[in-house]
Amino acid sequence: MSPKARPILNVAKLVKRFGGFHALDGLSFHVVPGEILGLVGPNGSGKTTAINVISGLYAPDGGEVTLDGQPIGGIASHRLVHRGINRTFQVPKPFMSLTVRENVQVALSHGRPAVAPPSVADLLDEYRLTELADRPASELNSAQQKMLDLTRALATRPRLLLLDELAAGLNPAELDWIAGRIKALAASGMAIIVVEHLMGFIEHITDRVIVLNAGKEIFEGKLAAAVQEPQVIEVFLGGEHAA
Amino acid sequence: MPSALKHTLFILAPLVIVLAVLPGVYQNHLLLFNFVIFLVLAQGVNIIYGFTGYLPFGYVGFFGAGAYGFAIMVMHLQAPALLAVLAAGVVGILLGLLLTPLLRLSGAYFAIANLAASLAVLHLVANPALESITKGPYGVSLTGTFNPNSAYMAAVVVLALTVAAVVYLKNSSFGLALQAVREDSVSAAMAGVNVVKMRVLAWLASALVAGLAGGIYAWYVSVFYPDNVFSGEFSIFAIVFALFGGVATITGPIVGVIILYGIYNLIGFTTPQYFQLIYGLLIMGLVLFLPAGLVSLATRRGWHVP
Ligand SMILES: Nc1ncnc2c1ncn2[C@@H]1O[C@H](COP(=O)(O)OP(=O)(O)OP(=O)(O)O)[C@@H](O)[C@H]1O
Ligand SMILES: [Mg+2]
Repeated sequence: MSPKARPILNVAKLVKRFGGFHALDGLSFHVVPGEILGLVGPNGSGKTTAINVISGLYAPDGGEVTLDGQPIGGIASHRLVHRGINRTFQVPKPFMSLTVRENVQVALSHGRPAVAPPSVADLLDEYRLTELADRPASELNSAQQKMLDLTRALATRPRLLLLDELAAGLNPAELDWIAGRIKALAASGMAIIVVEHLMGFIEHITDRVIVLNAGKEIFEGKLAAAVQEPQVIEVFLGGEHAA
Repeated sequence: MPSALKHTLFILAPLVIVLAVLPGVYQNHLLLFNFVIFLVLAQGVNIIYGFTGYLPFGYVGFFGAGAYGFAIMVMHLQAPALLAVLAAGVVGILLGLLLTPLLRLSGAYFAIANLAASLAVLHLVANPALESITKGPYGVSLTGTFNPNSAYMAAVVVLALTVAAVVYLKNSSFGLALQAVREDSVSAAMAGVNVVKMRVLAWLASALVAGLAGGIYAWYVSVFYPDNVFSGEFSIFAIVFALFGGVATITGPIVGVIILYGIYNLIGFTTPQYFQLIYGLLIMGLVLFLPAGLVSLATRRGWHVP
């Protein structure tokens, strides 16, 4: 990653309220092409909400989100997908009664226009879904559904990929494998934001992390430095005890 | 052979040919006509319910509006029947456009709002204050267009177009995207699908189909009252037939109409006293044991049903 690269995504003083509750309370950060940014924080700190706002599921109540310097707050999700944003879901959301292949096909034919779009077969192969290709998504286990979520997202040719707890529930061998995949995607120039509770995994793949608490950033930098910060330790231990 | 061609050759073509020649060998013309109308309506329900998940409890609103569109064209503009049928289709689309805000509702709320909308259209048409335009509650009696044979053939043509539309949905990326929207609209948006546009297009297509069917029905019967062409039975029958066979398939609604409307006429003629009982039990049995329709008997065994 070149530190001087221009951010693909910039989030400035982002606010998202649910009723009177501030799920995001002035969150600011950026990510550059080719970078893997970790987004960590205790349960309920606003990680998923941040992904939901960036991917157009919710309009922000304050602040700004820009993609390539253009404001995108409040733009419909499918338009953002066409501009190169995609994401996976913490609880995977495949099209349950469609086959695995059809799940990917929809995204392939409606995604971002690309010079050389990937093929369904290659995508399924890369994410170990080939043998399940003709089965309805409902028959997949949760880890497989997560891979299908990821494959669907990649089929739209994203430039910015948001991963919401993709690694949770994978075994150590699968973790190694998916870490390699994510790094390869970043090496190809994709900007990736990884939300994860598994600190070892985050440590292994990210360049930099943002620590969130109550919708605000409390730390930005290397994970190794974050775990030295009293405020971060306090939030995590406090969070663990409360949970 | 591409499957769209297979579906056209082995489902659409035989169905249309059989229905086109049947009046030459079978006497009960009205019964055949009703079969064709219900085939069209069941496929119209299939387009909106099978492919998007919206259950159109007020589907008859488009049918009745189409019938009155036809009647007004003939009564006030002396339009030829075919032009009036096209106008009926346009009326269906216009009513569909007017009702697009209903697509923001989901599940039972949509079904109920759609039912209410069809009743509103009925009461508007039947309003005595509009007698000079619609003849209000007194009904219309059309002269100059009566021609059951031509009306029947027009119905077969509309059926062919409707089944062709379903064949397209089964075999195109557009149809696949619609099914994705039905399964999960958030995920569909994340696949890059314009969810609102897809829903509106499917809604208007099914409104068009019912509008055309209503116009042809008016042509065929020529004399009718608002209560006839806005009868809730059209919605219920079309929905039950489509569900009985199995939606989101080409063959399901066809099988549903042939079997259920066949039984309906059979027991209606032979043992009318048991009719409601037998029919009710049949439908209850279906909902309890085969919620995905008759075709699921085959899909459960892993057979692919077009
Ligand atoms: N749609 C919603 N309506 C109301 N409140 C919501 C909604 N979505 C999130 N919240 C609230 O906003 C806060 C942040 O939730 P969010 O899901 O973003 O947390 P998170 O950091 O992803 O947590 P976790 O690690 O448990 O996934 C929580 O208190 C949650 O209850
Ligand atoms: Mg979350």
